Amino acid sequence: MIKRSAEPLLWMTFSAGGVVAALVLPVLLFLFGVAFPLGWLTPPSVTHLAAVIGHPLTRLALVVVCTVSLFHAAHRFRYTLYDGLQIKHLNELIAILCYGGAVVGSLASVYLLATF
Amino acid sequence: MAHIAEHYTEYHPRWLRPHISTYWWLRKWSYFAFILREISSLFVAWSVVYLLLLVYAAGQGAAEYEAFLEWSRQPWVMALNVSSLALVAFHAVTWFNLAPQALVVHVGHKHVPGSLIAASNYVAWVVVSAIVAWLLIGG
Amino acid sequence: MQKQIKLQVARYRPEQESESVFDEFEVPCPNDWVVLDGLNHIKDQLDGTLSYRWSCRMGICGSCGMTVNGEPKLTCATFLTDYAPGPVRVEPLRNFPVIRDLIVDLGDFMQKLVRVKPWIVRAAEKPLSSGEYLQTPEEMDEYKQFSMCINCMLCYSACPIYGLDPKFIGPAAIALAQRYNLDSRDEGAAERLEVLSDHEGIWGCTFVGECTKVCPKNVNPAGAIQRYKLNAALESVKSFFLPRGA
Repeated sequence: MIKRSAEPLLWMTFSAGGVVAALVLPVLLFLFGVAFPLGWLTPPSVTHLAAVIGHPLTRLALVVVCTVSLFHAAHRFRYTLYDGLQIKHLNELIAILCYGGAVVGSLASVYLLATF
Repeated sequence: MAHIAEHYTEYHPRWLRPHISTYWWLRKWSYFAFILREISSLFVAWSVVYLLLLVYAAGQGAAEYEAFLEWSRQPWVMALNVSSLALVAFHAVTWFNLAPQALVVHVGHKHVPGSLIAASNYVAWVVVSAIVAWLLIGG
Repeated sequence: MQKQIKLQVARYRPEQESESVFDEFEVPCPNDWVVLDGLNHIKDQLDGTLSYRWSCRMGICGSCGMTVNGEPKLTCATFLTDYAPGPVRVEPLRNFPVIRDLIVDLGDFMQKLVRVKPWIVRAAEKPLSSGEYLQTPEEMDEYKQFSMCINCMLCYSACPIYGLDPKFIGPAAIALAQRYNLDSRDEGAAERLEVLSDHEGIWGCTFVGECTKVCPKNVNPAGAIQRYKLNAALESVKSFFLPRGA
């Protein structure tokens, strides 16, 4: 159930996530999703990558990137379902699935990076 | 289903209220671009999942990491990632272009022009991308 | 021989039709004729029963908005020759109930407009003897753009969100709320925020941006709504950390 007072907070995470996702995700997708698999560039060795990820600042940054990006996606997709498919009457179910997914993903990122 | 606020409908049964098609966003290009921009959210979510899979693999050691890189070369994974890159980049461009609409900055009595705010977003994009790339494959 | 163009005009006569139908008319198409001139020609010469609204013919009154070839337009500012060789399809504004032919009911907007208090709200009025509320040109520039709205409803007609959810308060009403919020003489921002921070207020908007594209007065309602969202979000954070009066 979405209380009205939650809307500004959800919009703030949507916006923060929109900025972070726009700044950080394209380069990561380009490298690990396109350039390395196609052999355009050589991927980093596992020791180098683990050292980069293992740095406390990187870990913190990655948790923030994952959390706010997932809440951004959840919020936007929730409204896409309302607008695109006209299923606003399923409001509560949709909200639970979208934000619930974001919470699960965020917890997974916290766990992964805390134990890295 | 479109229905207009109750208070004045019941007394006017003869008014014509056309129904909005579920596929209204196919009616013109700008509506379709809007829904495409909103659908980018799914690909943002996938990007995060992919990133977490990478982090997991890198944490497990060389063998898992190699397996991840091998898996990332599979055609369907590549196809998914190429479309994700396209849509996440579309998200970035639309986001930066629209940022000046929400963010109106004053310096003294003057408005900072929207184009300058958008431009500073693009500069930040280049800088962040360069830092991330340098961390991973530079130094 | 005078150039002609074909107009396909949506008709809805509730006493004889349950769906709208199109009537076709050939009208003259000189370079200086707008769609509204075509409709006036039909009404005067061809079919006096055609119903539509118009008044000033110069983009000020905001009453001649219609859907021309699928796009919301002021028919007094839309030239027939731009659609040559035709045909030109003229329909009532979308997203509103049609009363007859090209006439829609705007009652819903009128109710919403009042809710955002589009007038200067003061905590306490100054006595007349202490003079006017003064304002510098810079202070006026802050809101001037949003004050150009002529309530023509093209933005509501272009907004899919309003079409899908008529409870959404809509572009023009929010832009007009912002016009008063940004006015240095006004003190009603908190009262308006109460109405607009509702789910059917600003949060329903997903920034399709069509309202700004179709606005004949460059009001930029989409921009007004996004600014308002940022402002409302910051206000709610502020009230969370600094409850009441801080």
